[in-house]
Order: sequence, then structure tokens, then C-alpha cells
Amino acid sequence: MMLAVQYTLIFASVLTLVALGGCYAEHSGVINLGLEGIMVIGALGGALTMMNLPVGMPAVLIVLLTLLGAVLFGLLYSTLLAVACINLKADQTIVGTALNMLGTAAATVIVKAINTAKNPDDVSSTINYVEPKKAFIVNIKGFEFNWFMLITIVVLLIAWFVLYKTRFGLRMMACGEHPQAANSVGISVFKMRWAGVLISGVLGGLGGICYILAGVSEWKFENGVAGFGFLSLAVMIFGQWKPGRIALAALLFGFFRALSNVYFGFDWLVSLNIPSAVYNMMPYIISLLVLAFTSKKSRAPKAEGIPYDKSMR
Amino acid sequence: MKKLLKNNGVQSLLASLLCIVLGLLIGYIVLLFINPNGAFQAIVDIMKNFMNYSKSALQLKNLGNTLVKTAPLLMCSLSVLFCYKVGLFNIGVAGQYVAGACAGIYAALAWGWSWPLCLLFAVVAGMAISLIVGLLKAYCNVNEVISGIMLNWIALYTTNMILAKVKETTSPYTFHIATENPKAILPSLGLSKLFSGNSYVSIAIPLAIVVVVIVKILLDKTKIGYELKATGFNKNAAKYCGMAEKRNIILTLMIGGALAGMGGALLYLTDYEQWQVTASSVPGMGFNGIAAAFLGGLDPVGTIFSSYFIQHITSGGAYVDKTMYCSQISDLIASLIIYMCGFVFFIKYALNLYLAKKDNAKPKQEPAPPDKAAEEKGGERA
Repeated sequence: MMLAVQYTLIFASVLTLVALGGCYAEHSGVINLGLEGIMVIGALGGALTMMNLPVGMPAVLIVLLTLLGAVLFGLLYSTLLAVACINLKADQTIVGTALNMLGTAAATVIVKAINTAKNPDDVSSTINYVEPKKAFIVNIKGFEFNWFMLITIVVLLIAWFVLYKTRFGLRMMACGEHPQAANSVGISVFKMRWAGVLISGVLGGLGGICYILAGVSEWKFENGVAGFGFLSLAVMIFGQWKPGRIALAALLFGFFRALSNVYFGFDWLVSLNIPSAVYNMMPYIISLLVLAFTSKKSRAPKAEGIPYDKSMR
Repeated sequence: MKKLLKNNGVQSLLASLLCIVLGLLIGYIVLLFINPNGAFQAIVDIMKNFMNYSKSALQLKNLGNTLVKTAPLLMCSLSVLFCYKVGLFNIGVAGQYVAGACAGIYAALAWGWSWPLCLLFAVVAGMAISLIVGLLKAYCNVNEVISGIMLNWIALYTTNMILAKVKETTSPYTFHIATENPKAILPSLGLSKLFSGNSYVSIAIPLAIVVVVIVKILLDKTKIGYELKATGFNKNAAKYCGMAEKRNIILTLMIGGALAGMGGALLYLTDYEQWQVTASSVPGMGFNGIAAAFLGGLDPVGTIFSSYFIQHITSGGAYVDKTMYCSQISDLIASLIIYMCGFVFFIKYALNLYLAKKDNAKPKQEPAPPDKAAEEKGGERA
């Protein structure tokens, strides 16, 4: 039971972080379909940092440096989306898809190159981080508290505050609703959209490293992040682009994702004799159902996905 | 010459070539970072693909292998293209492809059907998956990209579950169709002799080309194609004109699903590959289809060339020096090319702006010099 709660919370943390990233980008008017790729690159940044840290470093430093690595990689990678979609007015769907493919391909190539350089016989795309992973976890009477759970709560509170209580957040949301009107009162739409995409890069990177640290202690980068970026987008839509609801939606999705990790701990679930593939499918099926019921009365930012053109009304 | 440059098709071609060159260039730079010694050779090896063999018989055989995988890729890219023309981004093509593969393999191995029936069943399976996307889009306003991705994973896990019943006991791969049920193998009609007896070369390739022609006619010459495109341009205007816009959305996605599902069968019914029931990621074929569709300038005929090119470099990835690089280099280049394709409209816009400027600057004076400059610029890039 404890295990189920633990996994639910950690997967919900991933989903909340990434969905909030998507939330910033969409409120500024850019649909960030590249979150999946950003997560992979963020995870790569964090994993590379962990790999290169000297043994015996204080836990706090390990955590901070790993986060820094992930955030930096996510941030840099999201500039690819920003340049293309904001300045060059490229199609946001194509660029997002390209970033997803590029993320996995680039991470695989880089990790394989590093592994092969160390040991010519090693052609795997796996990074192992058993030791540094321990820095992220505090064991409280059998419950593995992960620092990411705290980080997520902080990020969530900040997101609520920034979006609804600061000038910056309200201006950003104006750019997603009616950029021409926002521009007419002196707000730079390009700057706000850049800010939105960069923040989504930071949070996507954080979510990525959180995801690969969630259940396992090594990661095969060929697998990417198994659609979690898109699940996060579903969480965001279900949460109606509002931070509080996003967190609740993430808990629901996190629970169904956790089931595939822990169902064998429940005797009555095992006795139902459902193949494990069904549990793997669960989060995706649930998200389809949820989307079917919530998309109709969608409160999406009105101008999302449309490149800003000053000369349009 | 200026007229030629203003031609939309020529511009698309130039833009696509530019995307390829930039993709290769950035790929080359990445290789330089990994290992500067063999970077150029690696790019050459990827581009040579089957030409890496010195005997012409072996070359032909490996060209055949590339073509075997080009046919399903072409189907996937047609699926993406068709939906994109109607304003829908069919990222679910990968899942529809998987469903088609699953249906084709299962019908062939478990029920012993012959190939036309297997193919048909695969088409139906692809349609069924895309029908869900269509219904959700038309009636529940669900973004087709997100529902498509979700269905990709659902299709993958379902396929693994279903095909586990027809897999070999000692390996995670399904049985060979060629030995279990030869009549489900796509007939070769002597085509394999053209490729030094490569038994995987089948009617899949001409079949795919025929579908290209059908799609081209459907989109450009029929009433239904016109209606679908009108719905894509402006859903509300189409509705106002009395077109059934919901039906059109569903119909489009179903055609897309049918194309992708057929693609899945066209690969697996040659027995070139067997499905691995422990697969933990969706096959790249569908996503490469997206690359091919945009690289082909969103024209059915263009996708024939772009599909071949994408498959050419993907297969070529196998020939890079494994002690220095991995074969995923070609995935990297393919994804860079898609990223560049995002700029196609920008490139065309810039080119048109440049041409218009030249027009305004020198009215009625010898139009040759600016033309040459523009052409050279295009030429250099290409």
C-alpha cells in the first residue's frame, strides 16, 4: 500500500512538473508538443551530471548539480522550439514532433558514443546511476520520500502565484488569449512567448530527470520517456490549464501509471489474472477517456498555436 | 528562369533539398564532436548505403532490401500527407501501422488466411484505430495529436499481447510466415529476379506506387477530395457550404488509417522482419513517414522520392564504422531534416520576398542578372 502511494506521488510529480511547463508555454500562446523530447534531453543532462560527479560528494550538492544539469539541458533544447515557432513562424506541430524524435535520437547517439569511448565493446545506450540516486531519497519508515515531491509542491505554488498574482504572469496569459491586444498596450509578445517556452524547457527538463529517477536506477535512452510528455499534455488539458487542477489530474494519472509497478503487491489484483500489458496501457486508456469527456468545454488559451503576426487583427 | 523559380513545385524542391543539406551538415557536425577522424567517411557510408558493396549482384540485393522497407514507409507518409491536406496532423500513423502489422501477421499465422485477405484485414485494423481518433476529434473536440499518441501506445501493447500467441517458444519473435503459411506471403511476380533473387522483393512496391496515384487522383480530381480539402482550409466555411464537416474529418482519418495499416502489412507479409513481442517502443516507421511526407513537399509524387531517400539513409546507417559511431546517426539526421522542414514555409516566403524585391528594384530591365544570382543561390544550397 505504502509502495502504491509512493509511486503515485512520484509519477504525479513528473506529470505535474511537465504539465506546468506545457501550461506556461500554452498560456503564452505556443503549443509545446516537444515536451517529450525536452524531457529526454533534460534526463540526459541530469544523468550525465550524475555520471561525472566524483564519488563521496555531499548529497545536497549531488541533488543541486543534477537538477542544474537537467534544467540547463532542457532550457537550451527548448530554444530550438522558440526560435522556430516564435521568430521564424514555423508550424508548431511539425517542430514539436521533430524535437521529440531528435531528443531520443540525439540522446541515444550521445550516450552510445560515451559508452563506446569508455569501453569499445559496450554499445548500449544505458546510463547507470545507482549511487547518486540515493541522494534523492530519504527513507521514512519504509516510505521513500523523494526530494522531487517537495520540489513539485514548490513549483506548483510558484506557478499559481506567478500566473495569477504577478504582472508578468497576467501579461503572459494576455499574449496567449489575444496577442494583438496585448501588443497594443506595449507588451512584447515575442518576449513573453520566449519566456513561456523557456520556462517549459526548464520544467520539462526537471520532469525528465525526475521520471528516470522514479522507479529505476539505470536508464536506456533508446526508449525515450514512453509518451510521458504527451500524458502530461493530457493532464494539462484535463486540468483546464489551471495549476491546482493540474496537480489533481496528475495524481489521478500518476495512480494509474503506478498500478503497473505495484499491482503484483495486491493479492486481489493478481487473482484477476490480467496480463501486465493491460496495466501498461492503463494510463493511456484513461487519458483518452478523460479527454473525451473534458475537451468539449475546453478553456484553452484562444491564440495558442497561431504564430504572432503584427499585421493581423 | 524566373518563372521557374516562382513555380511552387520548384520552390518546394529547392526547399526540400536545402532541408536535406542542412540536416546532413548538422549531422556531420555532431559526428565531428563524437569522433573527428571518421566523420566524413561516416556520412559518405550512410549516403552510399547499398553501394558500399563492390559486387553489383550484392548491390542489387541490398537495393532490394531498402525498397522492401520503402514501400511501407511510402504508405505511412501518404497517410500523414492525406490527413495534413485536410488539416489534421496524423501522428497516430505509427499506431495504425502497428495495428495493420498485427492484423496481417495474426491473420496469416493463426487463421492461415491468404495474402489478399490478410492485407484487407490489416487495412481494416488500421481504419479501426484511426476511427477512434476521428470520432474523438469530430464529436469530443479531442486534439488528434494527443489521442493519436495515446493510441500508438495502446496499439503497441495490444499487439504485443495478441502476437504473443503466435510467437516462437524460445524467442520473442513471431513465427516465420514464409514457413508457416506461404500463401500469406505477398507474391513476387518475378520481381525478385530483378534484384539478384532477393526473395523479399514483392508486389508491395508497385502496389504502393499504385496507391500514390490513387491518392493523387482522389485529392486533386474528385469531388470528395475537394470537399475534404475545403474542410481542412476552413471547417466552419465548409459547414456553411453544406458539407458534412464531421463526416469529412472521420472519413479523412479512416483513409489515413487504412493507408498506414496497409503499410504495416506490406512489410510484415514479405517476412522480411518478424514482430518482436517484447517491443517497448513504437516502431520508427510511422514517425519516419512524417519526415517523408514533409520532405516530399506534401505532394503524393514527391513522397515517392522522399520516402526512398529517408529509407536510404536509415538503411545506410547500418554501414557506419561501428567502432566510432552507432547506426542511430541516421535517425538523428532524419529528425534534423524534419526539424528543418518546419522552416519550409519560411524559406519559400523568404524566396518570394527576394524575388519580389528584385522585381520592384529593376522594373522592365534585363531580368537576367537577378535571376542568375537567385538561381546560383538556390544552386549553392542544393
